[in-house]
Amino acid sequence: MSAITRGEVAHLARLARLALEESELDHYAEQLDVILTSVARVSEVAADDIPPTSHPLPLVNVMREDVARPGLTREAALAAAPAVEDDRFRVPRILDGDDE
Amino acid sequence: MTEPMPYAEAVAEFEPVIGLEVHVELGTESKMFCSCPTAFGAEPNTQVCPVCLGLPGSMPVMNGAAIESIIRMGLALNCSVVDWCRMARKNYFYPDMPKDYQVSQYDEPICVDGYLDVTVTTDDGPRVFRVEIERVHMEEDTGKLTHAGGATGRIHGADYSLVDYNRAGIPLVEIVTRPVTGTGALAPEVARAYVTELRDIMRGLGVSDVKMEEGSLRCDANVSLNRPGDEWGTRSETKNVNSLRSVERAVRSEIERQAGVLAAGGRVVQETRHFHEDTGQTTPGRSKEQAEDYRYFPEPDLVPIAPDPAWVEQLRAALPEQPSVHRARLAEQWGIGDFEMATLVNAGVLGLVEETVAAGVAPDAARKWWAGELTRVANEREVEPGELGVTPADIGRVEELIATGSLNDKLARQVFEGIMAGEGSADEVVAARGLAVVSDDGALLAAIDEALAAQPDVAEKIKGGKVQAAGAIVGAVMKATRGQADAGKVRDLLLERLGVTE
Repeated sequence: MSAITRGEVAHLARLARLALEESELDHYAEQLDVILTSVARVSEVAADDIPPTSHPLPLVNVMREDVARPGLTREAALAAAPAVEDDRFRVPRILDGDDE
Repeated sequence: MTEPMPYAEAVAEFEPVIGLEVHVELGTESKMFCSCPTAFGAEPNTQVCPVCLGLPGSMPVMNGAAIESIIRMGLALNCSVVDWCRMARKNYFYPDMPKDYQVSQYDEPICVDGYLDVTVTTDDGPRVFRVEIERVHMEEDTGKLTHAGGATGRIHGADYSLVDYNRAGIPLVEIVTRPVTGTGALAPEVARAYVTELRDIMRGLGVSDVKMEEGSLRCDANVSLNRPGDEWGTRSETKNVNSLRSVERAVRSEIERQAGVLAAGGRVVQETRHFHEDTGQTTPGRSKEQAEDYRYFPEPDLVPIAPDPAWVEQLRAALPEQPSVHRARLAEQWGIGDFEMATLVNAGVLGLVEETVAAGVAPDAARKWWAGELTRVANEREVEPGELGVTPADIGRVEELIATGSLNDKLARQVFEGIMAGEGSADEVVAARGLAVVSDDGALLAAIDEALAAQPDVAEKIKGGKVQAAGAIVGAVMKATRGQADAGKVRDLLLERLGVTE
């Protein structure tokens, strides 16, 4: 059975931009382990003849017509933005000084 | 930094392997997962809604026309269309996507295993290369970033960035080749020919306006080098390649750069590089996620795509003529051979010639201007012939003026020069620059008399029956009229003046 390490949790947390405490690393390692073990048990009984379940309902090809409709006004779109400049969303510096 | 190796030496010592990733923005009315309009050049953040802004609770619904387009594209590229596939989330933190993920496809692309045959001209005649296509998949475009603060407008040194999400969510199709080997020194030409052919196919399908300058066709070029017999080398990926000409230049400059690194005993780093139009060089770029770990997973908000095989066959049957077939038909209509056709294709002027012929110009004349003078000027200015500002209608008008005797070829070139300089239409340039063949006999006779008086010995020779000496006088008259006379007419008038018959 899988055993998630603290290092793997720390890696995932970094990818998800989550700041985890040392104690939380153990906590989530344990939880993720339970999840993966449960999924593995399902995989054991799902043989090749059972297609993966994408959704609870067996739907495919849900499409809409290609018709354009107005969305939000610019004012509404930008209303909740923390910062706006020149009618654009203003975001903080993307690369740190030493980032390459 | 090591010095690049001159191209001829580089391809003598190393074998290039290239791979191309082309993104085509579809020309649908609405976005991929919402109904926002897609027009290019709208005011920032005026074509957005809760779905493409990633607002909580919003749900995507697929654009059926985009799925139809990608299937037609796959079929035109000789791909198989899968019978079932899903969209996937590609997770990354970068402000070009407000959701913090891009909906794309990962291990289940909708079209797979195709190919495209492309022709390049060589000194030994046209050569065909088969470029294998690994996958054609559906995704959504990202928003547009403008970097502010700092000197260069680049992300490096920027204090902050501004985002316009109008483009975010526009349907985008990615076409990925398998590594292309065995092209040797022709690698840059093969890359360019592939993107050109791809563009022509997409244009023929009507799925995109495929304008590289507006970003609706974008190309990333992967290049690696190895010594003959060795394993493939480490590849770099060059982005920001925004014209057909740049595709060729980017591959060439990467070959020269990598050869320089390898020859100096160095190691090529696997990285993303940026191409610069002005210098023709590449520089290292940023990587979106330092460790490329996008944690793809099936998109839970969209149901799978399962194209009905009967529908796919209908789409296949309704595909337009392939560009290669189309070209063969045009070659026959215009009475030209493979070589002439390949020349037009490689100069990037085939479509322009076709439009010009459609505007009523004789095929030979249309070819002469586009593949000759206009290609020459385009190369000199380092732009595409279509960007010169000369339209098929302009050529039509100039040809009319030539046919009526108002212009000759030399003057016509000056008319095009004026059009390219923004001086207006052909007629406006003719009027403003006073360009017209001098056909007034009086003016020509005066010039002839002057030339005869200046060269009495030549006059005597002609009178004595040496008709070939007439060239010197004709030349002097042409010079005096600044080329605005019809040389044949000058010659006739001259002989008549001297009472000599041929």
